[in-house]
Amino acid sequence: MTGDIRTNALTTTLEAAVNWGRKNSLWPMPFGTACCGIELMALLAARTDLARFGAEAIRFSPRQSDLLIVAGRISIKMMPVLQRIYEQMPEPKWVISMGACASSGGVFDTYSVIQGVDQFIPVDIYVPGCPPRPEGVLDGLLKLQRLVGKESFSDYAPAVER
Amino acid sequence: MTPLDSLAPSLGARFSGAILESSVKGREIALAVRGDRAIDILAALKEEGFNFLADLTAVDNLYLGGTERFAVVYHLLSHSRVERAVVKAFLPEERPSIASAVPLWGTADWQEREAFDLYGITFEGHPNLVRLMNPDYIEGHPLRKDYPRQGVGERRHFPVIERRIGTKSGGRL
Repeated sequence: MTGDIRTNALTTTLEAAVNWGRKNSLWPMPFGTACCGIELMALLAARTDLARFGAEAIRFSPRQSDLLIVAGRISIKMMPVLQRIYEQMPEPKWVISMGACASSGGVFDTYSVIQGVDQFIPVDIYVPGCPPRPEGVLDGLLKLQRLVGKESFSDYAPAVER
Repeated sequence: MTPLDSLAPSLGARFSGAILESSVKGREIALAVRGDRAIDILAALKEEGFNFLADLTAVDNLYLGGTERFAVVYHLLSHSRVERAVVKAFLPEERPSIASAVPLWGTADWQEREAFDLYGITFEGHPNLVRLMNPDYIEGHPLRKDYPRQGVGERRHFPVIERRIGTKSGGRL
């Protein structure tokens, strides 16, 4: 698809259908490194069930997922790993930064903790909390679904005019 | 098996000049020793029945003051006597080096590597003295008191992955 797609009635319907399909089947790649990983497990468990919203298949392979949930602090040894995992995910992909440590380093302002993963990978949704309640991450996922619903085909054109 | 109260005097007699201070409280004895004689004291304590090395850590006394800048602290337990011994070995700042406790207790291996990684204390006779938890390319020893807490830039030197596909819709909810 080139950069000059004109939006017309046919493409908007198609976009709506594609977005509906994508947002209701966001398969997460859980990247739980620390305490937020426990709350991520709670999110995927029975009481707050992420599978209700389409995040059914929790695949620990980045090649088969389209949502990366970074849950926990990322240290300097883990950052190249996180970047490699992010690069291995196929497009379209989104990132939820769960918790204070992934969003900003949290309470750990030290030499070994990355002060926010958004310095090095693109993040779509930040969920605050230490750890956030599962309902908080769920709210983040619902916001991400609204974000995905607003996308259009021209978003996926190569960004030529940067 | 020497009782705890007379352990420090008997060790002080055997190794003259090694023990700087000692104190006994309940079932625990605490010794402050010179770093170059620490291994002898530890071997003697192991003969006395302190068979278990519970902890091996290091202290930087830069702001606390005290005998020397660096100290390596050994926590020993005795299962047969049900007693504890704490040995604090002081090392000078210009040459923080001490004999390795690995011949006595195998568990000292990684604990000494950690002390080397974080404080820069070298253990002579250690089979594999390399960094344990920090990445190998880090320079410096992060837990020294004169190392900045926020580091010298290790946490910033990563490539930035841009969003490969432009988002013209802006992402406004």
